[in-house]
Amino acid sequence: MSRPDTDISTSGGASESARRREVMIYSRYERFWHWSQAALIFALLFTGLGLHGTHDLLDFKLAVQIHTYAAIALILLWLFTTFWNFTTGQWKQYMFKGGLWKVIRFYAYGILVGEPHPYKKSLQRKQNALQSLAYMTFMVIIGPALWLTGIVYLTYDLWNTAPWSAEALWAIALIHTIAAFAMGAFVIIHVYMTTTGKTIFHYVKTMITGYDRVELSEVEEAYIEQTGMVDMKK
Amino acid sequence: MPRPGLLILAFCLLAAPALATQAAETPSPDAPTPRLDSTADHTKFKELKGDFKNGPEVTRACLECHTEAAAQLKATTHWSWTFHGGGEDAQTLGKRHVINSFCGSALSNEPRCTSCHIGYDWTDLRQSPDQQGVAVDCLVCHDTTGAYVKHPELAGHPDYAPASGSPPDLGHIARHVGASGRANCGACHFHGGGGDGVKHGDLDSSLIDPGPSLDIHMAKEGGDFTCATCHNPRGHQVPGSRYQTQAAGEPADPLPSRQYQSHARCESCHGGAPHPDLSLTHIKLNGHVDRVACQTCHIPTFARGGVATKTWWDWSTAGRLGPDGKPLKIKDDHGHFSYLSTKGDFRYAEDVVPTYRWFDGTLRYSLADETIDPAAGVEINHVRGDRRDAHSRIWPFKVMRGRQPYDKVHNTLLVNHVFGDDDSALWTNFDWPKALAAGTTYAGQPYSGQFGFVDTTMAWPITHMVAPADDALQCAQCHARDGRLAELSGFYMPGRDGFGWIDFLGYAALVGALLGVAVHAALRIIWKGRARR
Repeated sequence: MSRPDTDISTSGGASESARRREVMIYSRYERFWHWSQAALIFALLFTGLGLHGTHDLLDFKLAVQIHTYAAIALILLWLFTTFWNFTTGQWKQYMFKGGLWKVIRFYAYGILVGEPHPYKKSLQRKQNALQSLAYMTFMVIIGPALWLTGIVYLTYDLWNTAPWSAEALWAIALIHTIAAFAMGAFVIIHVYMTTTGKTIFHYVKTMITGYDRVELSEVEEAYIEQTGMVDMKK
Repeated sequence: MPRPGLLILAFCLLAAPALATQAAETPSPDAPTPRLDSTADHTKFKELKGDFKNGPEVTRACLECHTEAAAQLKATTHWSWTFHGGGEDAQTLGKRHVINSFCGSALSNEPRCTSCHIGYDWTDLRQSPDQQGVAVDCLVCHDTTGAYVKHPELAGHPDYAPASGSPPDLGHIARHVGASGRANCGACHFHGGGGDGVKHGDLDSSLIDPGPSLDIHMAKEGGDFTCATCHNPRGHQVPGSRYQTQAAGEPADPLPSRQYQSHARCESCHGGAPHPDLSLTHIKLNGHVDRVACQTCHIPTFARGGVATKTWWDWSTAGRLGPDGKPLKIKDDHGHFSYLSTKGDFRYAEDVVPTYRWFDGTLRYSLADETIDPAAGVEINHVRGDRRDAHSRIWPFKVMRGRQPYDKVHNTLLVNHVFGDDDSALWTNFDWPKALAAGTTYAGQPYSGQFGFVDTTMAWPITHMVAPADDALQCAQCHARDGRLAELSGFYMPGRDGFGWIDFLGYAALVGALLGVAVHAALRIIWKGRARR
């Protein structure tokens, strides 16, 4: 499904004029967003499974507190990030791309036999087609299913007098739980995909430092050097 | 929780006249500690000078000044033992009418059972106390000396000539009357069913002077409430009945007790949002009050004061005599009777976890004229309520269990004649056929002559013994797979309920994802070498 990054080392066939440079492809805010979101989602999954009765490693009251505060924090983070995505134009990264089948075929088979990655990462195209689809699913289906039902659940006191309130609570909890399972599966595969880079930790390191080796055209290189639009290592 | 402001105000109001009284009076030998909340000193009343031969004489003296008291009292359930329930299928309840799962029925056992009536000489429950010309007993509720004790077998009288040789000094008692304290109410309400704590489970003698952990409101270190603080009488009408209560609170109705009369409720003082903080926990707890009664969390267990309550009474074994032909009295390890030839087998329990039910305030009784289904077991009273009903709350109950006599032909519970110095009372003759024939004849109940014993349950709403906030139930005691509310079904409760096959699919997706990536990783490792070749 998804992978956090595209390994440019397997891209091959670079044009003569292209040069590979260490460029800041994940800005400070993007990394802050990513890692705080990761921490919050892990906290929500762990406490959520506790509230669901899957485990009782945490006291119920503490689990409710952590789950609620983490949910509020994550919603705030998403609000900021939505704003960030639109003001920086980064939302375009998530749009659908062609070549989906090639990427799927690569992960299903090509990667196992050492084929090169069919996708070339660039500054304007950080994600391959499969990534974009996965993240889009995350952002428009799984995420909203969770925060919409979560907010309705948290505001139970505002609608608890309705005659259908008990049934509604059940339905909301059900949707929330289904979405949470989907989120869990997403996280498992997402974390695994981080190991498919040049080295096992290459992508994780990229998401920590923000730098990756990207092929730049001469024009791009010159433009970045001239304007300092993004950080680039010498 | 007591409001500090209210307590200080109450202290000032009580203390001011008290200090004035103490300064002005010279104590006489007969004078008690001056009552702090009264403008009358009963030791000075000429009507109360001298001695009284019996209770009714005292009553006559009381009524010379308290001209309306008897009429007021005679309008109460305390007097009539008759309670007209509400609703479409209203039942006539009260001790005159119901069968319970303890002694069974008060009918035909009067001088014993009416020892707890607030009158003298109600000897025939088939007639109302007014028809019988019963006199009001003022002292049982207003004695402050503790010396006035109704004899258990004298239809409401104390023993005026006890074998011990020291009769109660009715004159002294009459000159020291006052507002009803805990011991007054407790004399009957703590000892219902034949002994201390037997019936209710949340009412026993430990509440006469409870510590804060037993009852935060009644403890001296807490609110120092009497029963009347909540069951605040007006014109001798005492609000708060087990037969018909109001399970759902009036939201945001923080009235001081003087002003509420039809109910005695937590919300009356604590309001509809009783957890005051703006913390997540308190907001969440306040979110429970539309479904969960305060009592459910704040009375974690009942019979907590060191007095056991009866939980099992099997009448079917009564009548077995010892080898010497004498009645047996067998005690358990804790000193409670576990078997009596007169009554059968007993079990007791302390610190009991309640049973929880949806409760709209109504208890539907299986009365003597109603047909029962013996195979299914009988609910002596059925707790009404429904999760969909906005007036129902999850409420804690003591569930009393036992086996009781019933008519195998008519399928009715039977009135049992147990007490009396005659040839048919069970406790005297140990003869079931005779006792049931006598009881049913007395009560005018049809009886086929064929009896058996049926399993019964009786629900007692728990509302006393409110613990300090720190001892309230924790979330996980209910929000767990096998928590306290495991029996209540039909609604979603996090931590308790899953989603069946959808959960299964969800866990399968997680396990599948893990397996999938594991297989993928293994193939990468295995085929990596092959790819290099």
